[in-house]
This record gives sequence, structure tokens and C-alpha cells, in this order.
Amino acid sequence: MQVVVCVKQIPDPASPSSLDPASHRLVRPPEQILDDTDRYGIEVGLQLGEKTGGSVTLVSMGPTGTMQGIRQALAMGVDKAVLIDDPNLIGADALTTAKVLAAAARREGFDVLVAGVESTDGYSGVVPQMMAELLEVPALTYARKIEIAGAALRVERQTSAGFDVVETDLPALLAVTAGAVEPRYPTFRGIMAAKKKPVDRLTSDDLAVGGDPRQQVVSVAPASERESGVIVADDGTGHLRIVEFLETAKVI
Amino acid sequence: MSILVFAEQAEGGPGESALEVITKAASVSPVAVAYLGDGTNAAIETLGAYGAGTVYHLKGGGDLPAAAAAHALAGLVEEETPQAILFAQTYLGRDVAGRLAVRLDRPVISNAVGLDFDEGCSVTSEIFGGSRIVRTAFTGPTPYLVLIRPKSFSAEPTGGSVTRTETRTLPETGHAGSPRVIDKIVERAEGPQLSDAKVIVSGGRGLGDAESYALIEAVAEPLHAATGATRAIVDAGWVPYAKQVGQTGKTVKPEVYMACGISGAMQHLVGMKNSKRIVAINKDPEAPIFSVADLGIVGDLHQVLPKLTEELRTRA
Repeated sequence: MQVVVCVKQIPDPASPSSLDPASHRLVRPPEQILDDTDRYGIEVGLQLGEKTGGSVTLVSMGPTGTMQGIRQALAMGVDKAVLIDDPNLIGADALTTAKVLAAAARREGFDVLVAGVESTDGYSGVVPQMMAELLEVPALTYARKIEIAGAALRVERQTSAGFDVVETDLPALLAVTAGAVEPRYPTFRGIMAAKKKPVDRLTSDDLAVGGDPRQQVVSVAPASERESGVIVADDGTGHLRIVEFLETAKVI
Repeated sequence: MSILVFAEQAEGGPGESALEVITKAASVSPVAVAYLGDGTNAAIETLGAYGAGTVYHLKGGGDLPAAAAAHALAGLVEEETPQAILFAQTYLGRDVAGRLAVRLDRPVISNAVGLDFDEGCSVTSEIFGGSRIVRTAFTGPTPYLVLIRPKSFSAEPTGGSVTRTETRTLPETGHAGSPRVIDKIVERAEGPQLSDAKVIVSGGRGLGDAESYALIEAVAEPLHAATGATRAIVDAGWVPYAKQVGQTGKTVKPEVYMACGISGAMQHLVGMKNSKRIVAINKDPEAPIFSVADLGIVGDLHQVLPKLTEELRTRA
């Protein structure tokens, strides 16, 4: 089974984020990290590859910088990386991103294409569905458990009421939730091996994707702040403060 | 100008989040609704009451109807030439909007909490945990596709009614529409629901272990509150996904939201920060949740919650 996993390097969410004042785009430092939600997609991909004796390739669009996140994915066991780091794609919207990633995935060939449900920094949450439409494959979005069932995949998908158990033939796309699997940590051997793994670099021209932006940020403003509340240390009567608060709110 | 809204059935009739979007759309333009669900008279009447003039009842579509629904919507765009196509940001809404964006080759803006048609179309959304408001304008050709977060607008009947109803059978979409649902599992909790409870009590990592979620349930009971959770403890398997509040879960707006052992990650804040009042209990005085709390108790929830439960029970 040939698996392609989409991953993204993002600014460390633990550090303060900022926007470029002119372009209103997220400032991306060179040392970006692997989006934590992508570790689940990588693990799903690795398990599918291992169970079927297949290969796992990652595709990633964005400034590669120090490659910290890409190296982490390779160290986890991904066989090969395909990177699209093209200044023409800076500020690309979800549809352009999906076109780039789908074209790269098509070029590599896949039985299963894996992505996270949404990135932590952009969270548009529509890139996987767009890729599926571009590639004319089923999209099993919000997938939380994945099993191989003969030539098909059996997937639990979250629904607003619970979950559905769905079977699909391949090729197919999986958009996985955090919690689908327990991601592995890179081993020392994996970290050493990652240094020798193939890394292909492509441009938007290679993938024949381009076009002018069709949306533009016109303003960014601070949200109206809530009036600052009362913060007290619990001295053993914290629960009474809460009761008082609930009374004021007229819910008891 | 006209607006096309995609609406789906939830619990027998049009979903609340769809009615919110229809109400908003009807305040600026005539609205056509593409409704995926049982096209009962009651459902059509409800859509009309909230502002739909035309209803296209979408029938069929198989077990995973997103691909087929996107196909049908693309056809409706040719007939209706809407300026905008709006979706409630539900699971199916995202799946259909993403696929339709490709079919029409139009961008889609997600996470909208506001929408403005004064000059063209612009969308407001929140970033950095809701601390900044971003306005984004569409600069290309129509139609503009927007995914609207639930509870961004209120659903209000306008007293209108549907003047035209048409049924469209969803097309076959081949391999893309071929997956089979072999089982449907309902995990919905009994009792008060997150969507309409006046009080919500939620727990996060600070509970320490799955068993401690019982503390949340105990407090909720005398308050007739719904119980919620952060993504972290849902991912850890402590509680079912249906309880998740936040970016990938439910957006809630109760009278009182009680956050227990919740640090206040951006992903959680966007789902609850518009609650009318917020109480937070957390050991860490630096936890971001305190920045949105009206009352913050810096302390151990394992101490505070049992005493609170006791006190509420005596009063009940």
C-alpha cells in the first residue's frame, strides 16, 4: 500500500504569534515545528505502510526553514519527503494549497492519502475535502480509528451524535483527528536514518498550479475584551464564591 | 442578488445552525436553500419561516453524500447565479463546501463569525484564540463560499414562507461517493444538551484522570447543566467526542460556563468564550482561561468541586 501523508510546519504555538503589519500574514520564523496534529496522520500512515509492506511519503507546502518538523517526520519513519517551498505560494488560500498538495500526491501515486482534519495555525478545515475532490476519491474526514479490511479500509468517523463505521475501497483520503492513534517518538536510529532519506523539492510551476489571490485581509483589529473578572485563590471557601456567582447569574 | 444556503437535517428537521445562517442571509437578500434531508412539509415550512423563498430538496446521495451534494449545488449555481453560497460549519458543511469550491474553482472562507455585503462581500473571523478580529474580503468573481461557525447569528423566524419547492435527486458520483456506512453509533448523553443548556460544566486535563470526570457530572446534576470537555481529554478517550467544546467540537453560549481544570488553549476558547458568564477553576494562576473568566478560583478542583456539589445539593 502506497501512502502519502500531508504535513505542515507551523510556528511553535507555545511562542507568541504575530502578524506581519503590511500583509496581515502570520509571521513564520525559520525554525518552525511539525504541527502536532500531523503526528497522528504520520502514525496512521506508518502503520498502514508497515502492515502492508508499503512506502510512506510526506508532502509539505510552505517555507522549509530549518526543516525541524520535516526531519521529525522522517525520523518517525517516513521514507521520503516532497517539499514545495515556493515564494509564489506565500499567502496561498486553502484551495491553492489543496491544488498544490493534490498535484504532488498524484505525482507520487497513492493508495491512501492522509491529512490532519485541520492545521493548528490556519484551521480552515477544508483542504482535505478539496484534495479529495481534485483527485476524485472518497474523503473519510474526522477519522478516529482506521483498520485494514481486506482490500478496503474500515474507518470510524466522528459525527455530531457519535460515530459511523464506514468502509471504503481505495484509493481514498483520510482526514484524521488527533487521538486516532498514539504517535510514536523518533528513535535515535530513526533520527540518524532521517539524515539520509530522499528529499525532493518542487515548485508551483512543476505542479502547474498558480493564479492570483481571490481573497484579501482588509483589517485586523483587537477583539472587544471582556471586562476583567475577579480572580481569587481558594482558601477553602472558593465553592461559596461560585454559589454566590451562580445566584447572581440567576441559574440557581 | 440572491444567496444560496446549504442546509442539512439534524434530529428530524433543519439543523439549528442552518437556521441561523438562513436568518442572516434573509436579512440581506432573497434566499434559496438546498436542503439535504427528509423533505417533509414541516421541514419546508420551517425553512420558509426562517427566510427561505425557494427550497431545493436534495434527495439521496448514498451513505457519504458530500460529493453528490457538491455536484448538485454546482448545478444550482448555474440556475440561481447566487452572489454567495453559505454553509453552517458542521462536519457535512465543511465536506460539501470544500468539494464545491473545487467544482466551482472558487475560494472558501472558513470560521466566519460575521458577514457583510455592503461592498461586495467580506467575512469576519477570529484568530489567536479570539483576541483579534480579521476582516477578509473576496476579490475574485462570485459566488463567494463561506463557512459560518454555529452560534454566530441567532435564528429568528421572519414569518415568511416558501414560494417554490423543487426536488433534486443527487447524482451518482462513482468512486468518490462509494463508501458504505456499516454501522451508526449514537453516543449522545441523556439529559441536558450542550446546545441548549443554561449552564455547562466542562472538564480538562486538570482532572488528572478519566475517573475524575465524575466530579464534573456530580456538579452538573443539581445545576441541570450539560457536561462538556476539552479536546485533550476527548482525544485521551476519557469522554465521548459528543462532549467536545471548541474549534473542532461544539460552539456554546450558555448563561454560565464553568471551566474546571481547563488551561484555556485557543482551540477551546473559540468554542466557549462568548458564553454570557464564565467561571474557571484552575491550579495555575497563569492559565489563559482566567483572562476570559468573570470569576476565577485558583485552586484544586478536587477540593472545590465536591464542596460545591454538596452545597448545591443542600440548596436544591
